[in-house]
Amino acid sequence: MSGHENASGAAGAEAYNFAYLDEQTKRMIRRAILKAVAIPGYQVPFASREMPMPYGWGTGGVQVTAACLTAEDRLKVIDQGADDTTNAVSIRKFFERTAGVKTTEETEQATIIQTRHRIPEAPLAEGQIMVFQVPIPEPLRFLEPRETETRKMHALEEYGLMHVKLYEDISVHGHIATTYAYPVLVEGRYVMDPSPIPKFDNPKLDDSPALMLFGAGREQRIYALPPHTRVQSLDFEDHPFDRGHWDEDCALCGDAGSYLDEVITDDAGGRIFVCSDTAHCRARRQAGHAGAASAPYEEAGA
Amino acid sequence: MTMMMDRLRSADRRPAPVAADGARGPLLTVDGLAKHYGARIGCTGVGFDLWPGEVLGIVGESGSGKTTLLKAIAGLVAPDAGSIRYDAGAGPVEVRALSEPERRRLMRTDWAFVHQNPRDGLRMGVSAGANVGERLMARGQRHYGRIRGAALDWLARVEIAGARLDDRPSAFSGGMQQRLQIARNLVSEPRLVFMDEPTGGLDVSVQARLLDLIRALVRELGLSAIVVTHDLAVVRLLADRLMVMKDGRVVEAGLTDQVLDDPAHAYTQLLVSSILQV
Ligand SMILES: Nc1ncnc2c1ncn2[C@@H]1O[C@H](COP(=O)(O)OP(=O)(O)O)[C@@H](O)[C@H]1O
Ligand SMILES: [Mg+2]
Repeated sequence: MSGHENASGAAGAEAYNFAYLDEQTKRMIRRAILKAVAIPGYQVPFASREMPMPYGWGTGGVQVTAACLTAEDRLKVIDQGADDTTNAVSIRKFFERTAGVKTTEETEQATIIQTRHRIPEAPLAEGQIMVFQVPIPEPLRFLEPRETETRKMHALEEYGLMHVKLYEDISVHGHIATTYAYPVLVEGRYVMDPSPIPKFDNPKLDDSPALMLFGAGREQRIYALPPHTRVQSLDFEDHPFDRGHWDEDCALCGDAGSYLDEVITDDAGGRIFVCSDTAHCRARRQAGHAGAASAPYEEAGA
Repeated sequence: MTMMMDRLRSADRRPAPVAADGARGPLLTVDGLAKHYGARIGCTGVGFDLWPGEVLGIVGESGSGKTTLLKAIAGLVAPDAGSIRYDAGAGPVEVRALSEPERRRLMRTDWAFVHQNPRDGLRMGVSAGANVGERLMARGQRHYGRIRGAALDWLARVEIAGARLDDRPSAFSGGMQQRLQIARNLVSEPRLVFMDEPTGGLDVSVQARLLDLIRALVRELGLSAIVVTHDLAVVRLLADRLMVMKDGRVVEAGLTDQVLDDPAHAYTQLLVSSILQV
């Protein structure tokens, strides 16, 4: 068994380039990334490649990560804030296999972080790269389905429609009800969809020391926020942007300032709120922080 | 033809309103405008002046090129030839020579286009309030309460109950949709409004009410307008001057009452007599 695996493993290593993509493809993607970095918030078209996984699995992000990875990188992959979901695990394994890079669950240790729905709670640092998997890169799509028209609207800074959408939100719900993919204005110029992160994470985009790269595979677009870019969430003077908050603290680590997921604990309607960023929550518990439900929960798990 | 255009240019020109700073010229001057669809003529050789505060009617049977002409002037289709000079007060500017951003800005602030089919001019997927507020937001207004207030005010001016502010236009009758489209266009206080068969496709009683409303708004706001219609009753009520089109060309032009009561061209005579029989 082990002999057989070695043989096929060796064959696989020869068949693949470092990080799967051939050098020409990487060069093409890097060019798109450089252009995206040069024009913050602008959607750069690129020739998205077939990847050995379905589109819904973040092929845009995977290609961007593959084009950025070096042998020295330490990769972290999260989905919904967790490192252990199927999507995150399979992408991490893919790069372990095709690039042989080290991986980590600790935000501070990672040099590249690929994500689908969250920005980690731990502050990002200079030198780190966030890679977002983006399903729909066009923030104007909601009201203007024509691609030729949306491109023109970006070119001419005709962004009135974005506020039409927010206006409609308030008139229907009494407040801006958009909670995910909340549109932002980048450096006062391009309106950008920050991918399906919760609006709670929007303030983390502003003036971040890390480089933020966004890859949309099916839509063949790459866009970027270079470090320390000004990123404003769109709003009205009398309905200012609000990232939202919870009345609860994390039941496991007691954090009062992190993004919480609701977890159902029994079939009698019991529920607790816990950090969506599992690595953040674990680090806090290891450091001695505790929440209302932490003691019995950890004992049961041990 | 040349004689006709001369008549339009000089004899029938009503006195130009004089601005405080002295004499001013036409708001819009169109010359030799043409738009073809392949070998087919959409409109050709069209020229006229439109003075500030004036309403120009364009009449003619179906297929005579009225819509093509209106869209070519308004920039919704690109003309093949001719010039369109617009004077917003700082002297005439060749609209066809404007950059695209400038032209688009002009079209969503100083100009307005009311489509024959309200569905072409409205966003059916958002509320009446959002439809009216769009131009304000496009201009950079960022105060929800004030935008909403302006939308409410404009619904009242086009006789739509304020309670309908948050309803989508798809829930409106045809007449209401058309009035909403007018409100959505006039909210930016445009100087020049293009209307293509604004009362077409509506019941007769609804048409009459809408016509009264348009007339009142045009007067009240001192709008200049170009109104396309095949309905002579509409121009009789709205238009100061008239152009009659046939096969893409202007065959007669002049003061509305003159043209309708004493048509010079055989085609106009036919047009007038056919309406009188109705
Ligand atoms: N998009 C188009 N493609 C080809 N021909 C067109 C198009 N639009 C209008 N035409 C033709 O141009 C002429 C003028 O049409 P139109 O301007 O719609 O007239 P009207 O508004 O007076 O009914 C007609 O012969 C019509 O068939
Ligand atoms: Mg027509």
